[in-house]
Amino acid sequence: MEILVCARRVPDTSENEIQLNRAGNDIERDELVYSINEPDNYAVEEALQIVARTGGTVTVATVGGEDDEEILRREMAMGANQGVLITDDAFSGSDGRGIATILKSFVERGHYDLVLTGVQAEDGGARVGGMLAALLDYPFASLVTSIEVLDGQKLKIAREIEGGNKEISEIDLPCVLSIQTGINEPRYVGMRGIRQVASVPIPTFGASDLGIGACAVGEAAAKVKRVDYFVPALGKGAEILRGTREENIDKVLELVAAKGGLK
Amino acid sequence: MEGIESAAQLTAWLAVSLVTGRVLFLLIHILGVAAFAYIVAKRLVPLLRGEPDFRFDHPWLRLGRVLKYWLGQWKQPRYKLAGLLHIFIFAGFLVLAMRAFSVLIVGVSPNFVMPGLSGSAGPIYNIITDYAATIVFLCMVIAVIRRLVFKPARYAVPARYGKAHTADAIFLLSLIAILMVADSLFAAARAAAPLQAGHLVDPLAAFSLPWMLQKALASTSVATLGTIYFAAYLLHELTFYFLLCYRPFGIQFHVETSLFNIYFAKLDREILKPVRYGVSDEHLDQVKSFGVKTFEDFTWKHMLDFYSCADCGRCSDNCPANAVGRPLSPRFLTIKARDYSFQHYSILGSVNNGTALIGGKDSPGIYSEDEIWSCTTCGACEAECPLLVEYIDKIVDLRRGMIDDGNVPQSLQKPLKALESRGNPYGKMEKKKADWANAKEFQQVCRVKTLDKNNGADTLYFVDSITSYDDRMQSIGRATANILNHVGENFGILGAAERDSGHEVRRFGEETLFMALRDHNVDAIQASGVQRIVTADPHAYNALKHDYKDVPPVEHISQLIAREVKAGKIKFNPIPNENSVYAYHDPCYLGRHNQIYDDPRDVLDAIPGMNRVEMTRSRDRSFCCGGGGLMLFYEPKEDQRMGVKRVEMAVEAGANVMVTACPFCMVNIEDAIKVAGLEGKMTAIDLAELVDQQIAREAPEDDLKQIKTENNSVEVERGNSSLRKKSA
Amino acid sequence: MARIFAYIVHKGGVVDDSAFELAAAARKIDPDSSPTALLTGCGPELDAACNSLSASYAEIWKISNEALAYPNAELVRKALLKVLPSNSIVLIAHEHFGIDLAPGLSIKMNATFVSDVLDIAGVDGANLKVIRQEFGGQASTHVHCDVSTGAVVTIRPGAFKPAEVTPGSSTVIDKSNEVGSLSAGRRYLETVVAEAGDVDITKYNVLVSIGRGIQEKDNVAIAQQLADALGAAVSCSRPVVDAKWMEKSRQVGSSGKTVKPKVYLACGISGSFQHLAGIKGSPFLIAINKNPKAPIFQVADVGIVDDILEFLPELTIKVRELHSIAK
Repeated sequence: MEILVCARRVPDTSENEIQLNRAGNDIERDELVYSINEPDNYAVEEALQIVARTGGTVTVATVGGEDDEEILRREMAMGANQGVLITDDAFSGSDGRGIATILKSFVERGHYDLVLTGVQAEDGGARVGGMLAALLDYPFASLVTSIEVLDGQKLKIAREIEGGNKEISEIDLPCVLSIQTGINEPRYVGMRGIRQVASVPIPTFGASDLGIGACAVGEAAAKVKRVDYFVPALGKGAEILRGTREENIDKVLELVAAKGGLK
Repeated sequence: MEGIESAAQLTAWLAVSLVTGRVLFLLIHILGVAAFAYIVAKRLVPLLRGEPDFRFDHPWLRLGRVLKYWLGQWKQPRYKLAGLLHIFIFAGFLVLAMRAFSVLIVGVSPNFVMPGLSGSAGPIYNIITDYAATIVFLCMVIAVIRRLVFKPARYAVPARYGKAHTADAIFLLSLIAILMVADSLFAAARAAAPLQAGHLVDPLAAFSLPWMLQKALASTSVATLGTIYFAAYLLHELTFYFLLCYRPFGIQFHVETSLFNIYFAKLDREILKPVRYGVSDEHLDQVKSFGVKTFEDFTWKHMLDFYSCADCGRCSDNCPANAVGRPLSPRFLTIKARDYSFQHYSILGSVNNGTALIGGKDSPGIYSEDEIWSCTTCGACEAECPLLVEYIDKIVDLRRGMIDDGNVPQSLQKPLKALESRGNPYGKMEKKKADWANAKEFQQVCRVKTLDKNNGADTLYFVDSITSYDDRMQSIGRATANILNHVGENFGILGAAERDSGHEVRRFGEETLFMALRDHNVDAIQASGVQRIVTADPHAYNALKHDYKDVPPVEHISQLIAREVKAGKIKFNPIPNENSVYAYHDPCYLGRHNQIYDDPRDVLDAIPGMNRVEMTRSRDRSFCCGGGGLMLFYEPKEDQRMGVKRVEMAVEAGANVMVTACPFCMVNIEDAIKVAGLEGKMTAIDLAELVDQQIAREAPEDDLKQIKTENNSVEVERGNSSLRKKSA
Repeated sequence: MARIFAYIVHKGGVVDDSAFELAAAARKIDPDSSPTALLTGCGPELDAACNSLSASYAEIWKISNEALAYPNAELVRKALLKVLPSNSIVLIAHEHFGIDLAPGLSIKMNATFVSDVLDIAGVDGANLKVIRQEFGGQASTHVHCDVSTGAVVTIRPGAFKPAEVTPGSSTVIDKSNEVGSLSAGRRYLETVVAEAGDVDITKYNVLVSIGRGIQEKDNVAIAQQLADALGAAVSCSRPVVDAKWMEKSRQVGSSGKTVKPKVYLACGISGSFQHLAGIKGSPFLIAINKNPKAPIFQVADVGIVDDILEFLPELTIKVRELHSIAK
């Protein structure tokens, strides 16, 4: 099975403190540490596990610049057969649809049975997978938590719905799936593995390689634009108790009792 | 029997009776020796396939250690009764070795006498050996009784490791006993015959086994004696060769391999095995596979370790992971590997190698992943083993293999990733590393400078990750800085330039990440121009001392304080609470690994009013708190926390305050106090915190107020600033 | 302004709470017009759902088709495309179905897509201005969307207060005939219900809920002790389940259980919206967290900045004291 995983390099929320910059129009990016978007990492691990069972290859692609190569190398160290960088000045400023359009052209160049993305990235968009599928006219499913290969033509998948329930469906190949965290336990990628792939060449594809016209992507074509970052004026929020721990405990008990929480 | 006139003639007659068996005996000799040689050769095969291990240096030093640990049985007395028994058995075997050989040769060459024993030495030697055989026999009886009646816990075999070893042990003990009896009977018959005929012979040692048997044979006819003589000889020879050839199939192989195992034992325990001997750091990328994944990835010395294990169980008896029910038992780590090698390199069958040691989806393996991750590298097993079997290197190698395969528990992946991106397992920002020192309040009391181009110092205080970032442990950092300040040390910290020492990173098998952290730190340390390093973190101490090269000498804060106390530069105020009973807990990496036991104790004892008790398990028998570094992130399967067991030991010793000298011990112990429900009954304090609290500072009397509070917390007001220091 | 539609999710004849929130959002976008509800499904349950919206939506479009008996986003999309006028604005709740449907729908409609909207900041010509969050709620952003060729907007559940009901006439228009036969490359098979755990957290009046701040599995006992003393149950957020410290049946959130307790103690929980989405009925929310900037403090009633590993045991002792005094 030929699998393509579309990944993205994002600031790691657990190793960064997200703060507004001095000017107040963006987040402070100076000391950010980046890594692959966590759901994308789960997607790559899932792809690796699938090809371990069925044979085939795993390609990881990202739309970005030179800096984004590091996540491709990391996933190659993990076991992906190939990393691909899709880069062109014309792509910068693309909105979700723009990215999906770029990826669509890339997918059509190859022969992929399955395209995976992470369910969402740091901006909580949760859009590229669904858009890509619609552009390609491939069936789509989001929030996928398990994949079973039925045969070369279809998969049996589970989606995460409310209440911890799972929705089981059958989906035809080729298709696009967006992968939810927790679907598997990604293997560890150590520094040594990354060093070993440090000099593997990573092919790049630009707008002309993919036959994409500038009007379809990039800032000019974007219909959704983030205008600024801000910290909302704190609403009333919680009443913060500022006593000693003992005083706070007493107050908490008082409130819990008042609200009917103590038997 | 007519015509036997002299003792010599009688002896000759007895000897002649052996002649009839000469050919038989010779045949047994040849078969026995040949079989033994063949078996040993087969046992050497996997060693030839093992990885290289450089153990041929310092021959005199090694011989000295053989004298101490092998001949001198140095570690045996750590378990008194078993130790004594074994010393007797070992001594007995050595003494009897010559006799055994002469007896064997006598069967083929009847008049053979061992060179050197033909004169007066002969009878003296015989008396000694008579007693030796008796003692060994007695020891066998006692050993069997121990096994069957008293059943020491450490011999027990948990169900998951198979069936008990008792039957095999009894079998072997019995065989040795039979050997002693055969030998004694042989000597007894030989002496009994001439005596019967009225001749004087060299007496057997009074009340020895041969002596008693000879008495029992006092009225047996000479003809029967001759038969007994022959039979005893045959029994002796058969038993001897059976044992010789049986030993390499079990734990008794240690009889042969122990001398070699001790000769080749590691000289410097604290230097971890490199990824591959003979491959320097720069060339490591040429190594295809890191770590131990299959049996053949072990070095030949590690394989020899497996052969040399005597199944005494002392390692597991002292292993904290084993004590709390983790799936790790060092003894079985070795026994399983030995059984694996016996099975895959069988004497009669073909070689069958290359299967994965650690069980996974496709193969059962002999080890489980949790088994290997459970080890805290405390070193209790190695401290105990009388045969100097090495464990830590093997665990690290097995972990290297798992890391290489990407097989790492999720709970460890996050801190490892954080160490890679941020240089500390918490993922906190580098620029916040010195926040503990730069807090305004603290800066007023104690200036801690961050070393850079413009700020140099003689001494580097290497703080390491937990003390820098953890809210609670930062107080150890401040206490340490205060102490250094007090003694007038010109010191600084690296601040944002300091990365985690990487001590646990290395011991968890992530060698490449460790090297990256180490190289960064070494550059920063060298650039700072310091002449020496001091740290309050024993893990950092161990790393800087043994894992790092080309850095200035390093000291633990307890050593510095001890020295300054002896020099009179640090004086203490008396302990305020007369009900405080202190127990010092030896951190594994300060105590057992680096033998620093007395300095912290001397420091404590120098405090007036110090009421200190010693826990039963202390010094090199200290019980690990649970581990440090990455071990804090790992989620083990266990029945109980190690820290809880340790805190209970302190309670048992009568203490209500535990003093330790390691921030990781502090985390585990404070946690354990809560989990064990001992809050209010037990507190914990770091040595540096206690010292800082008790130091008599030269401030005017009115400026210094010491107020005693219930929980041992002392508020010290100094000038305008006040710092509350809690002891817990 | 283009026509605004709200796609309504329903189950067993009952519409999801978000239906009324979407109406409010629609009114904020265009105060002058009334949004149209869109429902797909089959049979009497669909009818019941449609009828329940009469006070909130003036016009309700119903698409009844056997293939839509179970809401399969792939099929629903095809159905909607048959009936939606061009340049429409479609609002959908940002939960598992909306995430499945909305992006692809926007492409096929050739409309702009913006997801997980928290608030509408206004309309400026062809630009719809909305407010979103990024980085797990750590930063907010203003986003401008060109809606001249239509839009699909997913709205965060709970972000908008449900619209006030205006009883009045409302028409249900049956659009089923415009849809024709439906098939898709994805076919629904069955739903596997989550295993019932030992404890049903939805039945408790008081919940002691733990998040990542509990730090390790062994510490869950600390929360359990408090829960025992209070007669409460221990629930948790997603990271605790991912780390396998508690079973899935204990998870409160959009992919876990929905709870309606009287008192909710959020201990070491940062306050991601996926978690908060599982808390309904406005319980009294007490938050305890080491991080004074944790988003949970925005939505809690009372907050304490403290280490839960120290605070909870002491709270437990106090509760036990209270109970023994009471006896």
